Amino acid sequence: MRPFKFSSANDARNAVQTVSANQTAKFLAGGTNILDLMKEDVERPTALVDVSRLNLTQIKSANGGLSLGALAKNTDTANHPLVRQNYPLLSQAILAGASQQIRNMATNGGNLLQRTRCSYFYDVAMPCNKREPGTGCGALEGINRMHAIFGWSEKCVAVYPSDMSVALVALDAVVKVQGANGQERSIPFADFHRLPGDNPEKDTNLNHGELITAIELPKNNFAGKSYYLKVRDRASYAFALISVAAALEMDGNKIKQARIAMGGVAHKPWRAMEAEKMLVGKEATEANFKQAAEAEMKGAKPLEHNKFKVELGNRGIVRALQMAMNGGAA
Amino acid sequence: MAEEFDESVEIELTADEAALLENLPELSELGEARRKFLGQAATLGLGAFALNLLAQEQAFAALETSSEAVFAPVQIENSVTVAMKINGAEKSLTVDSRMTLLDGLREKLELTGSKKGCDHGQCGACTVIIDGRRVLSCLTLAATCEGKSVTTIEGLANGDALHPMQAAFIKNDGFQCGYCTPGQICSAVALMNEAKNGEISYVTANVRTSAKNVKLSDDEIRERMSGNICRCGAYPNIVAAIQEVHSGKEAAQTWNFYTPNETLAENKEDEKNATV
Repeated sequence: MRPFKFSSANDARNAVQTVSANQTAKFLAGGTNILDLMKEDVERPTALVDVSRLNLTQIKSANGGLSLGALAKNTDTANHPLVRQNYPLLSQAILAGASQQIRNMATNGGNLLQRTRCSYFYDVAMPCNKREPGTGCGALEGINRMHAIFGWSEKCVAVYPSDMSVALVALDAVVKVQGANGQERSIPFADFHRLPGDNPEKDTNLNHGELITAIELPKNNFAGKSYYLKVRDRASYAFALISVAAALEMDGNKIKQARIAMGGVAHKPWRAMEAEKMLVGKEATEANFKQAAEAEMKGAKPLEHNKFKVELGNRGIVRALQMAMNGGAA
Repeated sequence: MAEEFDESVEIELTADEAALLENLPELSELGEARRKFLGQAATLGLGAFALNLLAQEQAFAALETSSEAVFAPVQIENSVTVAMKINGAEKSLTVDSRMTLLDGLREKLELTGSKKGCDHGQCGACTVIIDGRRVLSCLTLAATCEGKSVTTIEGLANGDALHPMQAAFIKNDGFQCGYCTPGQICSAVALMNEAKNGEISYVTANVRTSAKNVKLSDDEIRERMSGNICRCGAYPNIVAAIQEVHSGKEAAQTWNFYTPNETLAENKEDEKNATV
């Protein structure tokens, strides 16, 4: 690991100023991803500002919904009574990721900022436009079984790894951030992460030095019918081949609102808008679920080794919707 | 291999290689023989490999002469001083900002129970308990531990009395090589509290209803222990050990140490078979 200056922040404003003033400085929260990447020589910060002691850990009711402090631990968030009761989809998604040890360390803000686990990104001997812009993409014609089927570009076919974020995009979350001059802004979750396009080195629309302070969840009526399905190579502690967050609000026997998002398929948590549109006003039958899944998956562009993800996605959407309809996490 | 060495072959050493061979410190007799072999190996063109071994040997010889050397690094870059409680005792450490808690425990405090498996947060061998929560010490910077309370495998037993989880791992044969065991046990100890507090997991059927003192099925234990990998594959026995402590239902021990008489009988049997 390369040498870096370490400092511990006790004030958000100072932390933001310190990092903003140095292009090669980074925030450190749980450290579960950035330390790994520093050991691999992928991340090379010259300074780390430890923000884990900032007073941004509250989980509280806000505007009829819920506000999740950026520095609340993943474990505390998944187990919080208000999250379990009103957003069980989020509890399930958080608990589908990583291990208990890592969830005990990882923060909500840090979870959003996880970087891809693409093996070409991790291997500094390989070309990677995300790690080193302009060097090419090793995965495009390489081993791409784990890679994207939606929204990729010739520059990058990596997928975004967070499970938590898949639930957050389905739940229409909003990310609150604080910038260098103390000004705050809100970023709708769907606009927080980016597709790779010509600049895969940029994972999100955060500016350098901006600090996530909270994630806000609007009130909804999905709590009784939601489910997070994760399909992976082993039963636990593995990244998703595909995952599906599904939530339904019923009006009698008709679907009033549907939320579907997918993980493991794109450079960002993938909101399945085509499938959602297909379901509104329909009955919650297997045939309708299948039609909705096909509407979404027909837009998929698989690579050489991940064609299986299209059928897996089809079946995953149907299964997640069925589980949600049966009470899912409730 | 040494016997096959043809002394008539002359290979020139580079200036660096010659200087390194010249400047070797006095080593023990064993080291002398080894040095001779390595010197020959160097002239045979294994230069880089042999010189690397020689350099390592020099470094280790230096450590033998002064145990203080282990604790007095030449220079600490970006040093950070942190005070924390380790197994109940107050400790103050001055570390390079890059030093992980795992390396601090092992290299600075000689607490080598916590193991370095992958060093990348994938195996769980380095699991310790910080402020009641199990975490990975390989992905925790020592510099971030100011004021925290750390419990390692060394801190679980009460004097000579094993922690119930340690005793259960022995009784249920919850390991083969033992390398992952300190991490497994720290993880399992913290898991008992998580169940008491009513924490949920991905396989919990209903996350909306809350209850304290969750009763863990074997499936729940497997899911909640999935961050601890055992390459020997002792998983069924690890689950049994944890289930015994968790349920409080004593399980029958399925093995015993040999008695002296059994050992004798076994040895005789072996001798008989050996002569056949």
